[in-house]
Amino acid sequence: MYGYAGKLLDIDLSTGKVRTVELNDDMVKFYGGRGLGTYLLWKELGREWEKVDPLGKENLLLILTGPLTGYYPGIKIAVVSKSPESNGVVGSVLSSEVGVELKASGYDGIIIRGKAEEPVYLLINDDNVEIRDASRYWGMGGIELYKTLVKEIHEELKERSKLRGIPKEPAVMYIGKGGENKVRFASIMSKWVHAAGYGGFGAVMGSKNLKAIVVKGNGPLPKVYDSEKLKSMLREIQRELLTLTTFRQWGTGAGGYSVGRDRSSQPIRNWQEEYHDDERISVVNFELKAWIKKYWADYGCPVNCMKISYLRYGEYKGAITDAPDYELMAYLGTNLGIFEPEKIIYLSYLVDDLGLDGINAGNVLGFVAELYQRGILTDEDLGVKVNWGDEKAFAELLKLIAERKGIGDVLAEGTYRAALKISKEKGIDVTRYAIQVKGIGVGAHGIRSNLDYTKDISYAVSVQGGDHTSTASLPPKSYEGELINAFYDSAVICMFTTKPGFEKILEFGNAVTGFDVTPEKWINEMGLRIIHLQRILLLLGGPDVYWDPRKDDENPPRFYEPLPTGPMKGRAPNREDVKRKVLEYYRQIGYDEYGIPREDILESLGLGEAKREIKRIRKRLGV
Amino acid sequence: MGAEKGERIWILVTPDKCSGCRLCEIACSIEHEGIIWPEASRIRIYEILPGVTIPHTCVQCPDYPCVDACNFGALKVDEKTGAVIVEEDKCTECGACVLACPGNVPRIPKGKGSVVICDLCGGEPKCVEVCHEAGHDALTLVRGEYRSIYRTFAKDPIEKGLELARKMYGKELLG
Repeated sequence: MYGYAGKLLDIDLSTGKVRTVELNDDMVKFYGGRGLGTYLLWKELGREWEKVDPLGKENLLLILTGPLTGYYPGIKIAVVSKSPESNGVVGSVLSSEVGVELKASGYDGIIIRGKAEEPVYLLINDDNVEIRDASRYWGMGGIELYKTLVKEIHEELKERSKLRGIPKEPAVMYIGKGGENKVRFASIMSKWVHAAGYGGFGAVMGSKNLKAIVVKGNGPLPKVYDSEKLKSMLREIQRELLTLTTFRQWGTGAGGYSVGRDRSSQPIRNWQEEYHDDERISVVNFELKAWIKKYWADYGCPVNCMKISYLRYGEYKGAITDAPDYELMAYLGTNLGIFEPEKIIYLSYLVDDLGLDGINAGNVLGFVAELYQRGILTDEDLGVKVNWGDEKAFAELLKLIAERKGIGDVLAEGTYRAALKISKEKGIDVTRYAIQVKGIGVGAHGIRSNLDYTKDISYAVSVQGGDHTSTASLPPKSYEGELINAFYDSAVICMFTTKPGFEKILEFGNAVTGFDVTPEKWINEMGLRIIHLQRILLLLGGPDVYWDPRKDDENPPRFYEPLPTGPMKGRAPNREDVKRKVLEYYRQIGYDEYGIPREDILESLGLGEAKREIKRIRKRLGV
Repeated sequence: MGAEKGERIWILVTPDKCSGCRLCEIACSIEHEGIIWPEASRIRIYEILPGVTIPHTCVQCPDYPCVDACNFGALKVDEKTGAVIVEEDKCTECGACVLACPGNVPRIPKGKGSVVICDLCGGEPKCVEVCHEAGHDALTLVRGEYRSIYRTFAKDPIEKGLELARKMYGKELLG
């Protein structure tokens, strides 16, 4: 086997048992990362999926590399589990050197099962794998935890290898208070500012009493099939990525101004508008006010899209975050009616330190502010006046959410579940203000203007709901859309280093693995297998929420309200068009007219066994 | 771009310019080991706090304490470049050179079978080349006679990291 270490760690936190599992051919068919994780979850939990509580000890938390991790530029690690947001499988990728350290330790990934009685963390140092007491670290925010833990473990590792010289620092992924308190949109963090946001896997980690995973590997990456080809392609790809000049200068931060200004697709005040022309939020002001490091990269990345913002003065002195990236400029900025860099940096710092997904946090904050604007939620309900643009009020809510105190306990359930609960309590249907698809807050790219890469069915029919990094498009079997997103998440590389294109990256993958995966084979077979399995598990859902494609393969109601402002005023997708396209999508990807994967397609993909799940889906939907 | 006759080269490291991309580690380990192996790279990036990136490699001390310390004749000095050359089959992984180095530079990664020390790629260091191409120039080549000041750059990477962290973040963040 080339490109793979060939084994997974399997750690049972309930019993403390640690063993290794060899990768077999059935697993490798799913490549790695999101694909492999989906397969492992289905294999082990598929029969009783509806009963598996994502936050129960029966759920599995999978931390997986892919065959390209460590070789292809742009280091990521995939977190795959039953999502407490969608109740299906989400593949969520985190920028972290854990990816390369795991492979250098001799593992392709970690299966984490059960639940520790007391808070623990994992230390993986080559063959040495320990489950350790984390009571000292429990309750720490991300900034403090990272500082403390990395220093302590690094000193210990140095001591262990005194005569071998100083190892590089260990890589760490961890949770903050959000994860500890099982906020459904808690993230798993690394290096202060990186997050695996979508999926809510910080809550899964917290539910297992697992505070952190620390990894230091000393070995080489696994052997590759064709090292000469790898060397030449790597150099060529690095050079191509160096041509991404605006990305290098600004990261995704240019979007804070231009997505609203030029594309009318930026969330503003809970998506009541999508156009703005407010120059205060231009990336130039973030650079002038806050960037102390303009070119920052993780392992192996020539792009350098990250920038470190650090406020040295003013009310929010000491706040640190990355640029922030476009998504958080939008969700913790414009979506809350905030346009000033210092305030956005402060909120971004807070979500990072608390370990919350900034997208879904900003989504639920916008939702609650609109309910306040409309008088549906009052001062009495909230204990805080939640006016647009008031960063202090939003900061207060974020803290309440992370602690699950007061209204924070309701909002910690995420926009969808909070909307159901508030609707019930108030006797008014507030789900129309919830900008989410299948439990996942929609990314900060709207569809109404039709000028962004996201279009009318991007979110509605995706197996990862509102996730803007895995979107559906027609035709599904092409070089863009969720089949291709599934490839990057399974190869486990960064979507911002994929400029060389799907075909070239597959060719690079073949040089690493020795496989002969053609684009056609991925689209018609390997990728399709992953999407179909994800679709099955999403439709199984449970135990607290279930999806019905007839009403849930849909956009949030707001996306049908014509844009009220800006040059694209009046635009909105047509509901009938969306219905028709969703059905066409079903047809082309191999779902039946109810959106359920077809049994003959499953059979041809070698997933005949999944027919038992299809039976249960049909029974529940009555079709 | 190799060294002219009688001329020495030295890799000047400027941590402020390092992005932490580690293309140097990848290039170095591919060059020397034929595979990507970050811990066996002769130049390593230590990032003890996010964004605090310290490239760390040999400075070719004029008195070569590592070579002196080796009891097995595994280390010698390249006459042309002044780099320390490791004769891998003679190395016993005893760690004497590691202890002797004023900058904690040599590394004996598990599974390698010998120490690794920068050999300046015979005069054309791959790390410098790739760092330049990547647009950082955190590593640059200095040419000419060896100067005593170079030796003072041999410092523990963690100590260097703490100094840089203080400069970047101040005491509010570091406590």
